[in-house]
Order: sequence, then structure tokens, then C-alpha cells
Amino acid sequence: MVDVLVCVKRVVDSSGEVVLTDDGQSVDGRFAGYTMSNHEECAVELAVQIASATGGTATVATLGEPEAVEQLRAALAVGCTAATHVEADPAAFGPADVARELAAVVRAHEAEGRPHDLVLLGNDAADSGDFQVGIRLAYELGRPVVNGAALVEVEDDAVVARVKSPDGRETYRVSLPAVVTVLEGGVEPRYPTVPGRMKAKKVEIEQRTPAAEPRGSKRKRLLLPPPQPSDVQVLGKGADAAPAVVDLFEKLGVLR
Amino acid sequence: MILVLVETDANGAVEVSCETITFLRRLSAEGGGVPIDAVAIGELACSPEQLASQLASYGVRDVHHATGEAFASYGGAAWAAAVQGVRQATGAVVVSAAGTPRGMEVLAHVAARTGVAMAANVVAFEGLAPFTVTRQVVGGSALEEMVLDERPAVFTVAGHAVEALPAETPAAGNLVASSPEVGAADLVARVVSSEPPPPDLSGGLKSARVVVGAGRGAGSADGFGDLLELTELLDASLGVSRVVTSLGWRPHHEQVGQTGSRISPDLYVACGISGAIQHWAGCATAKTILAVNTDAEAPMVTKAHYAVIGDLHEVVPAINEEIRRRRSAG
Repeated sequence: MVDVLVCVKRVVDSSGEVVLTDDGQSVDGRFAGYTMSNHEECAVELAVQIASATGGTATVATLGEPEAVEQLRAALAVGCTAATHVEADPAAFGPADVARELAAVVRAHEAEGRPHDLVLLGNDAADSGDFQVGIRLAYELGRPVVNGAALVEVEDDAVVARVKSPDGRETYRVSLPAVVTVLEGGVEPRYPTVPGRMKAKKVEIEQRTPAAEPRGSKRKRLLLPPPQPSDVQVLGKGADAAPAVVDLFEKLGVLR
Repeated sequence: MILVLVETDANGAVEVSCETITFLRRLSAEGGGVPIDAVAIGELACSPEQLASQLASYGVRDVHHATGEAFASYGGAAWAAAVQGVRQATGAVVVSAAGTPRGMEVLAHVAARTGVAMAANVVAFEGLAPFTVTRQVVGGSALEEMVLDERPAVFTVAGHAVEALPAETPAAGNLVASSPEVGAADLVARVVSSEPPPPDLSGGLKSARVVVGAGRGAGSADGFGDLLELTELLDASLGVSRVVTSLGWRPHHEQVGQTGSRISPDLYVACGISGAIQHWAGCATAKTILAVNTDAEAPMVTKAHYAVIGDLHEVVPAINEEIRRRRSAG
């Protein structure tokens, strides 16, 4: 029986144009909507699979504004059974702060008699791209950490994590309790069912306040890269453009 | 002193590590000529002497080669212990690496162990007092200015932030043997087995000279016939957008973008791809981009060097036919 904590983050859906807030401190999501990072969707799926396979539990946690409950309910709708919300302005929290708060959640649950054998996180957040919260959390908890796993399974009292590397595929086997950060690509996140959504609405979400004052992220400001003027050369329309395209291929020397 | 973790293959330091050293030379010069040392860890596929010679040409003073049983297989914590050991021995005030998965992981360990901030994917620095870096966020579609006011300053350098260039004046490139202490806890999480990569059905996407890309415009899993033929005619690799893999039309290892492969081909033929920023993050460094799209205002079209306005199912067969016609004529 493995009890998993999976940590997610509410991020702006950046599939469209990125707009910054007037103070340049964050991405403005008012018109874009919010989601959780792709890596975290896979981490949630793995958490649910591991809990199901071992007869354990999958709890989801986040640090964020009140609206971050939306991402917790998304995870509940696909199989997590409990949720913890550390309510805070995420912009004030750097990676070390977030790791410390997540560690406080793990310790608090442990003190309440519901320890988490395995903590899963996304490899990095789609917005800040810090690549370090999972590793910092492992140091906070004094646990081993495997980074960038696409597949995660539990065998006996160990977690087996498979990681793509420049040389192929590497396997780690680490005794529980442990921390693993997840990279998209190993599993397909499931879609929530209507009963799943209904059930998620009824789950009572544990509310917590931050355990300590944040040190911040060292951010001065965000800015957008200078727009590149379009100097596209249109070669033609439809099938009639084919000769011009092949001329281009010949000019570039890419035809065998 | 500046310390850089280098990753290696059979030819010596990999390209992104050389880019990182080139970036750090600018930082060194700004700081009045601060020496740059490198650390390489474990058994190398190249000879250490060859590596030291190569890095000397990039301006590296000492190449610390950390060896021992602790590095017989990769482990992020053990590698971080090695970097930290050299840092302490040399008094380095900057620790850097390329923004690869391994570089990110090892430096995150270093930052956590030393209790300092880490900046990932840095592309520029603005000044030394305070030391302000600019880094990529939101998959490269936005930038963040961040102050690194603690020592050591820990950061990774984004791939292609600068072009790898040898130094005008080579440095010594002394090879220094290093046997850093690694604690038992640092050896708990390390690779227990590895296997070669599965057959690369995407045809070496990351290193391909030509990539044919396909997006939602392919229409269905059955809509790739002409695209695959073009891929073959150009001896190219097939790369797809995230929507294509999400819909299950093609496998994930063919995905180009923020959470897929980042490619830098000589030519990227992007067919039926609108050019969402996550996809653009993966192909922006292509030398030439040809977009085929029905929408003349699609971001992929406006950002491309060349474009054809039209349905890929009409345009691509015509291109294939034209290639075949010229070959038979010629």
C-alpha cells in the first residue's frame, strides 16, 4: 500500500499569446485561462496508477491563490482522493519557499498519521521553468530524489523510475520514502468522467496557511522578447507553388 | 573563479558545454579576467588529455577530473558532491552548466546543498553589481530578469544562447585529478541499469539536417502518407506538434516543442502547424523555416522565412511530384 502525494501548480495556459501584467511581475492569465503543467498531468496520472495498483491513496497538494482549488479539483476528478491547499500568493514564493511549504505539508500529514511514502512533482513548471522544486523538497525531507522520470512504478518497498538519457534509458531503484519528478511522455493523462467531476466537487479540501515567510524568487521583472519583424517570402498558393518550393530545396542543397 | 560542469561524449566536451564556456568567457572578461575551471565527472568516453586540450582552446585554466567508485554510474547527488568539492577547493564564486536535463539536475542539487538560488536557462547577463541575469521562462516566450546576489551564483545556460567559439587566447587546460568525498546518502539514488535507446523511428530528430513537421492540418492518423513520402524524399526526420501526439496520431518521441525535442535543422518544413509558442520553442533555432498553411496570418507563417499558403494535402503531393519529376528528368 503506497500513499502518494502529488504536487501541482496553477499556471497560465500559454498556448496562445503571452501577455504580462502591468507591473511586469507575472503572466496575465485573465483571458488565457489556467491549467496545470503538462509534466504534472502525467505525475497525477502516475500517482493515481500507483495508488490503485498498491491499494494506497493519492493526495494532491498545491501552493497558490484561492483559485488554485480548480487544479486540485481537476486532479480529484481523475482519481486523487484528498487535496491540500496552501493558500498564498505564488508570486511571492521562490522555488526554495515552495519546497519548504510542501515539506511542511508532508510533515503535518505524517504527524496526523497519514504519511506519504512517495512524493511526485512535475520536472519543472510551465511558467517559471525553475527545474528545482522537487530536488529542494527532497533535501528538506532528507529523502532520495530521482529527476525527470517518464515511468514510475513501485516494487516491494522501492520505487523504480525510468529516465530517458542521452545514452538511452536509465533505471533507478530507490527505497521508499522518496521523491520523484516526472517528465511528460511516459503515460497518457486520463480525462475526467462526469461522475469523477461530480465526486471531486464534494471532496473537502484541506486548507493550510504558509509555515514561514517567503524569501522570494529574486525576480526583478518579466519582459517579452522583442517582436521579430515578419520578412516571410511567400512562394505561392496551393499546388502551384511546388516548383518554387523545390527550387528552394535545390538552393539550400537539401535534395538527395 | 568560475567553475563549469562539462558533459562529454566520445569527441570531448559536447557542443552545449562549449557554448556555456563561451558564455562564461564573456562573464569572465566583464569581471576583469576571472579564471574559468571545468569539472568532468566519472569515466569519460574521450581521453581526459584530449578533453583538457579541447577546453584549453576555449579558455579553460584547469580541468578537474573527478573519478572514483562513487561515479561508476550516474547519480545527481553524487555528481553535485563532486562539483561542490571542486568548488570548495577552488573557491569558485560562480557555478554553471549547460541547460541540459543533467546540467539542470546537478546544479539544482548544488543550489539546494549550498542554500542559494539557481537561475535556469540563462541567455544573458546585465551587470555584476548586482549580478543580474536574463533567463527564458514560459518555454522561451518570455524572459525574466533575476538577481543572483548570493555566492556561489548558480545558473545554467540555455542551449544556443551563444555560438560556441574558441578563445582568442587559449588557456593552460591543466588536467587536475580529483577524488571528492561523497556521502553514503548521495549514492542512494543513482542509475542501476541502462539500456540503449529504442530504435529511433523519428530518424534522429534532434540531429536531423532536414525536418518535415506536421500539425493538426494533417487531419487524422491516416493523413501522414504524403508527409512521410516528403520526409523520405528529403532524407529528413518527421517531427510533429503536441496536438498530433495528444490526439494519438503519432508517438510522443516525434514531438517537437517545449516538452518534446528541440531541433536545429538546416531546413524545417512546417506543414499544417499554427505555431503555438510551445512548438516554436522547439524549432526557433532552425536555420530556414518553410511554412505550409491555409492561414496566412498563422504565427508559423509570419515567423517563417518562406511560406506556401494552402492545404498541405494539396501542396505536399505537388511538391513530391515535382521532386520526382526533376529526378526522372535529370
